[in-house]
Amino acid sequence: MTVNNIWVFAQGSNGTITSFTAELLTKARSLTPNVSAFVAGDGAGLAEALGKFGAKKVYSTGDLGGRFAGVAAASTMQALIAGGDKPDLILFPQNYDGRDTIARLSVKLGVTVLTNSVDIVVNGDEVVATTPIFGGNVLFAAAFTGSGPHLASFRPKSFAAEECSGAPAEVVTVTVPDTGKTAAAKVMVVHVEETSGPKLDEANIVVAGGRGLGESQNFAMVEELSKLLHAAPGASRAIVDAGWVPYSYQVGQTGKVVKPSLYIAAGISGATQHMVGMKGSKNIIAINKDKEAPIFAVADLGIVGDLHKVLPKLIAALKARG
Amino acid sequence: MKVMNIVVCVKQIPDPATPGSLDPSTNALKRDGKLILDDSDAYGVEMALQLVTAAGGGEVSIVSMAPNGETSGMRTALAMGAIRGVLVSDPALAGSDALTTAKVLAAAVQKLGMPDLVIAATESTDGYTGTVPEQIAEVLGLPSVTFAKKVKVDGGVLKINRQTEAGYDEVECPLPALVSVTAGVVEPRYPSFKGIMDAKKKEIVTVTATDLGVSPVGWSGAGQKVSSVTQAEARQAGQVIEDDGEAFNKIVAFLETLKVI
Repeated sequence: MTVNNIWVFAQGSNGTITSFTAELLTKARSLTPNVSAFVAGDGAGLAEALGKFGAKKVYSTGDLGGRFAGVAAASTMQALIAGGDKPDLILFPQNYDGRDTIARLSVKLGVTVLTNSVDIVVNGDEVVATTPIFGGNVLFAAAFTGSGPHLASFRPKSFAAEECSGAPAEVVTVTVPDTGKTAAAKVMVVHVEETSGPKLDEANIVVAGGRGLGESQNFAMVEELSKLLHAAPGASRAIVDAGWVPYSYQVGQTGKVVKPSLYIAAGISGATQHMVGMKGSKNIIAINKDKEAPIFAVADLGIVGDLHKVLPKLIAALKARG
Repeated sequence: MKVMNIVVCVKQIPDPATPGSLDPSTNALKRDGKLILDDSDAYGVEMALQLVTAAGGGEVSIVSMAPNGETSGMRTALAMGAIRGVLVSDPALAGSDALTTAKVLAAAVQKLGMPDLVIAATESTDGYTGTVPEQIAEVLGLPSVTFAKKVKVDGGVLKINRQTEAGYDEVECPLPALVSVTAGVVEPRYPSFKGIMDAKKKEIVTVTATDLGVSPVGWSGAGQKVSSVTQAEARQAGQVIEDDGEAFNKIVAFLETLKVI
């Protein structure tokens, strides 16, 4: 099947699209010029930003009134497809709403999903998506069989976002069908956990702490070092699960994927699920007391030692430089 | 008092301590030999047990799917306190995609009788497609709340804190429903000795996909085929040094070469 029409599950707010959306649109328009965005929410407000990254059209459901994007977007897409407006391929971000939507839609259409992908290519009639497995040591490429639309979701930062100075996307207002009780879940209150300094997934430097910190108050060292380096503080899943820091700090497969120019891992052994989220960093410094820790296999500079001794000295040395 | 009947979908996986591998003839993830309860699922089982206790009555059952008849991972969930299990075991299931898996597990849930709540882990440790819970909800026609990090039931309504990119949302959802829970949502109990002994006597019904009326399954039902499997380019390790009390200077020097200080 040739790919002549791609939809991208797009997200954003206040006239700005997410970097994830920009990445997927950039990839989509490298496969076909016929790219549309689908927004579960106010798509009209994003039309200009979406156009800049190559979306010709944006389907907009308007405000969902607290309903989840997953059921609403999937049922709306199904209705469009049933009405004959059928894309060959739909690209989703591997995040909360993207995952819910691709899952619901796959059942509604009776088609498979290829998820957690980092690349997609069209080889003649074949559409092939690549997923790293075993912590990224093996690349597993799978081709869709059967008729489309093909559904694929991608990890963040799989593609570089590039503007193409396109005109604002044409807004197509769509109505969310009544899906009865499957749409019964409602968001009552939204909580935003503010973090100071640069955002974890956009920071140029990330300083992350793990279980090796010993106890929760020692995370202050990670925060202090972050401040000195204008870095974003991050964390391993172990200390997020332990409740030391909020989930928004988590780096890894189930947390954020980061690709900073420098990643400092303090007291992180380098479990597969963590490495997936930071292996793409340009430079890596690791401090760990266990010299067998897997993190040293990817570190440009590895310090085998007690971080309770190394970090205070490093912090003092950086402060002394002013 | 309203009793709560809950079904937890659990996955039995190869011990993550041993490296994963692919079957060389089919390129499917190898799941032969002894399988253990996926750590991610222990949270769901614990959550279910706590919700039943809070409701003052009800039962926790488990469903699982495996190409061979392996039940050792399910026994762990039974030892924690689940009452019975359904294992869908069928050699034909090998190679099934996420959609087929969801259809099979949904049929297994229905075999037990529709519960008030279906619980699954947000994603499994070994496969991480991450779509199966929401697909099960769609097959069963249920509302769902994924990425739940706090769950309670109040007056027949689920009250859930759901993780988001920015923080979390307070969500309400009527029962019956499906919830996928994150790791750390509760602290899973260790099975007691009595629990382990009792688990040996608890019933695990083994059925095939055909018994459940789900077909096609396995490779023939999957809407995908393996295209290639290649080794990723490995990142080269750099310099590793033992701290002699002065190693912080090496870090300072490295930061200087990167021009970040």
